[in-house]
Amino acid sequence: MPAQSIWTLLSWGPEGWLDDIAYGALITIALALATLPIGLTIGFFIALAKQSEEPSLRLAANIYTTVFRGLPELVTLFLFFFGMPILLQHLVRYFRPDTTIDVNSFVAGMIVLALIFSSYASEVFLSAFRAIPKGQYEGGYAIGLSNWLTMRKVIVPQLLRIAFPGLENCWLSLLKDTSLVSVVGLAETLRNASIAARVTKHAFLFFGVASLVFLGLAVLSSFATSAILRSLGRREAQR
Amino acid sequence: MSAAATMVERPPPRARGWPRRRIAGYALVCLWILFGIGIVSYLVLAWNPEFFAKYAPAYLSGLGVTLALVSISMVLGAILSVPVAYGRMSKNRILSGLAYCYVYFFRGTPLLVQTYLVYYGLGSFRVELQSVGLWDFFKDAFNCGVFAFALNTAAYQAEILRGAIESVPRGQWEGAASLGLHKLQTLRKIILPQALIVALRPYGNELILMVKASAIVAIITVYDLMGNAKLAFANSFDIQAYIWVALVYLVMVEILRHGVEWIERRITVHLKR
Repeated sequence: MPAQSIWTLLSWGPEGWLDDIAYGALITIALALATLPIGLTIGFFIALAKQSEEPSLRLAANIYTTVFRGLPELVTLFLFFFGMPILLQHLVRYFRPDTTIDVNSFVAGMIVLALIFSSYASEVFLSAFRAIPKGQYEGGYAIGLSNWLTMRKVIVPQLLRIAFPGLENCWLSLLKDTSLVSVVGLAETLRNASIAARVTKHAFLFFGVASLVFLGLAVLSSFATSAILRSLGRREAQR
Repeated sequence: MSAAATMVERPPPRARGWPRRRIAGYALVCLWILFGIGIVSYLVLAWNPEFFAKYAPAYLSGLGVTLALVSISMVLGAILSVPVAYGRMSKNRILSGLAYCYVYFFRGTPLLVQTYLVYYGLGSFRVELQSVGLWDFFKDAFNCGVFAFALNTAAYQAEILRGAIESVPRGQWEGAASLGLHKLQTLRKIILPQALIVALRPYGNELILMVKASAIVAIITVYDLMGNAKLAFANSFDIQAYIWVALVYLVMVEILRHGVEWIERRITVHLKR
């Protein structure tokens, strides 16, 4: 085997692996961004349920967070990835006996990450809910806003501002958790890096590059979040 | 004075009936109950004494491996976190910069990548490691797992330690100094007892995170709890392999969580009014 220099290995194109890793990084970002809205929505409703006066709603929400925060991410992923096709197959067999079902690893990863993200985000939302004084709701009702309007116009804008730092942490751990989906075969950063490592036998180099990609994404998102935080702060100052 | 007794204002009767949220709550709880029944009945229906006899001992030994991995790396990480936390708090630019980079790297990259970097990556330096005599250590996947996990948790624990020490007000340091205690004594007798109360909950969370994260060593061929589940699933294609392991992890995490809460209640008795 001709000794390839590190720079050929890291070049763009058929000789090098940089394009594969960059493509993987795009998949990583896409997965994290696709998970975010689902996870935030579920997390918000779980937090709403947790602070409700209805004990049964609280119980249901608490079971949800206990389960998805208690299970290792990898176990949840494997359970879903291998268990869901079996379950669906049993269901579908009643209608069309000869179909086989495969769960797309991107979709499986998205659902599992959303479950995990939402259970952590719900805790953040819950503590933000508790930080909003009751008078805010009462003020909303007193000027004749409906339940929904009070939530949308009065509570949620304050809630987001309070919850933001906590949600940033959740986002960072989501970004890191996407690497787990490589185990079920999604061609994201880590998967492509380990293929490159296996083919070229330069494991340290390529896993180092993968870790730099994740570090870069973390730095990038800290820039983005500080920009968002600044605009949130500006909006507050305008009032 | 029976008249006055009847005048007492009663609290309004509790809302009965079926408002929307109660219907939703009952529906969701029913869904969970159905889910639970589904899992239990599946496990009962799929009960396979052969499977159990074959893999239960493996699970048990896997549990031992998981616990060993977590406890060793937790302790090593705790030891390693002290200099890192010292570096983070030091006024020396270089020291604090180095500690910051360490913490940023290990908190900013996935643990899976770090584990790969140790297990596969250090293989690139086989010749060098052999010449120093460290290759025998890094040849073993378990050791690599412990190494990566200890480095990772050291970064998190250093931040916990730093946060806890900084949460103790400055006046405590000054008071101790005015009593003539030197720095180490102050730290040991005044600061740490107060800081550790603050740090207990984050340490507990870190322990739980480590237990959960330890599942990923299964990918680098360590036969811990998850590794044995993977093996059992690969041999039998029986999903109950993962359901059992999920239950074990869930029980383990819940025990730890409640244990930490219990300890916290015990050691903060003097703070409750």
